[in-house]
Amino acid sequence: MSTTTSRLRLYRFASPATFYPLAGKLVPWFAAVAAILAAWGLWLGMLRAPTDATQGDAYRIIFIHVPAAWMSMLLYVVMAFWAAVGWAFNARLASVVARAIAPTGAMFTFLALWTGALWGKPTWGTWWVWDARLTSELILLFLYAGYLALVSAIDDPRRADRAGALLAIVGSVNVPIIYFSVVWWNTLHQGASVSPAAAPKMAAIMLQAMLLMTLAFWAYAFAVIFVRARAIALERDNDANWAGAAVGRAHPQSEATT
Amino acid sequence: MSTTFAVLVARDLRLAARRRIDAALPIAFFTVAVSLFPLGVGPEPQTLRQIAPGVVWVAALLAAMLSVTQLYATDLADGSLEQMLLVPDARLAIAAAKAASHWLVTGLPLVVVAPVFGLMFDMSGEAIAALVASLVLGTPVLSLLGGLGAALTLGLRSGAVLLILIIVPLCIPALIFGAGAVAAVDAGQSARGHYSLLGAVVIFTAVLAPIATAAALRIATE
Amino acid sequence: MIWKSASEFFAMGGYGTYVWGAYIVTAACMAIEPIAVALRHRRVRRELAAEEQRR
Repeated sequence: MSTTTSRLRLYRFASPATFYPLAGKLVPWFAAVAAILAAWGLWLGMLRAPTDATQGDAYRIIFIHVPAAWMSMLLYVVMAFWAAVGWAFNARLASVVARAIAPTGAMFTFLALWTGALWGKPTWGTWWVWDARLTSELILLFLYAGYLALVSAIDDPRRADRAGALLAIVGSVNVPIIYFSVVWWNTLHQGASVSPAAAPKMAAIMLQAMLLMTLAFWAYAFAVIFVRARAIALERDNDANWAGAAVGRAHPQSEATT
Repeated sequence: MSTTFAVLVARDLRLAARRRIDAALPIAFFTVAVSLFPLGVGPEPQTLRQIAPGVVWVAALLAAMLSVTQLYATDLADGSLEQMLLVPDARLAIAAAKAASHWLVTGLPLVVVAPVFGLMFDMSGEAIAALVASLVLGTPVLSLLGGLGAALTLGLRSGAVLLILIIVPLCIPALIFGAGAVAAVDAGQSARGHYSLLGAVVIFTAVLAPIATAAALRIATE
Repeated sequence: MIWKSASEFFAMGGYGTYVWGAYIVTAACMAIEPIAVALRHRRVRRELAAEEQRR
């Protein structure tokens, strides 16, 4: 009996009515964690970590390039997961979360490419190099763009959610194949040269800074995605009881905040 | 299920035969697209020989994607798609049949025309043979993935361009292994690795794409 | 702190344009995105509240 009640209690969070206020309470905490971790990570990376022997101070871009790249990949998989859950269990909130993730994931992909280019120019001389990792990151941007384009082209929200979920799943399944093919392509055409995207030999303090920045980006992503999910949930359920209550109850003078 | 498949393929072939001009449009596009590259890049034979596999493959990819919206569009417009979907458990057969007929009407002609461009780009005999072989293996992948894209974007205004955006990234492995095989042969190396990988991609796509397309058809029509 | 002066910090050993070009765009994106999302949320709430008043 207790297992049934605890399972039912967990399903409560699948309801937008419960998610909305909970997410609202969590957002400031995530934002604070992101700010603190970023400050700490940047202090270590920009002010305390030593200059690299081969790359000089240009390597410091790594403290935003790598976290952005990791987040871009992680968010795609997470997005596909929640989209799949929304499709399989007809759970609208899961689909809302997936839709909320996509723009942030695409932004991180763009940042990974932008910072990658700026790191590449002083390090190996050109603004762009068709190495395996940067090329795969570019293809990931196309995958995000495709998902966003598809879901916005479909007017019916439920059809958009499901089509997006299918596309995200197909994308996720293909990502290892695409990555392998790009690595294959790159080794064939580049010969035996060293991968330009190789990071410098990492002192402990550099790794620490990179880890802190990754966690900071993760907390940031939670905060932004939760706010966006709240907005989307309200937009969709705008004539539902919980929506009116959420807007009316929290701010009786209809004064709105984040 | 195999009778549904055969019936649908025969139907699509018959319809394509009635509208021969429409069926030939992808080949015309392919021809124009491939011919643009020497105009843009310069007629130097060495350069053309080097870029030929990539150019032919990319043009084939785009030609396949542009013609794939027609797979379902006409049937959707006159209501026959919904009739077909009423048949129990037919979705998988429909998806497979559409991909097969697309390949027969668009992919196969591309393969037949490709050697002409091989000659125009001054490719060697072995390279042209490799080009044909890689296209024979690769164009089914394009038809299968294109079918998935067509089902996902069924009835949408933005149709073809949206389809290209969502499906082309998925075609990249086939492009890399296909064009890579030709480049390898051209450089005098063995293309066996490329062919095996391309073969693996074909099998993987042939098994999974119809399932995904069937799911996409259900999503688009319910 | 490994920098001996502010100008050294901004110069980044000669790579200043690249490093700061990367950091500034990143900071800008990660400032604009939360603001845009918050504004969207605020707009939805305002519209909803207005509808609630009308009912």
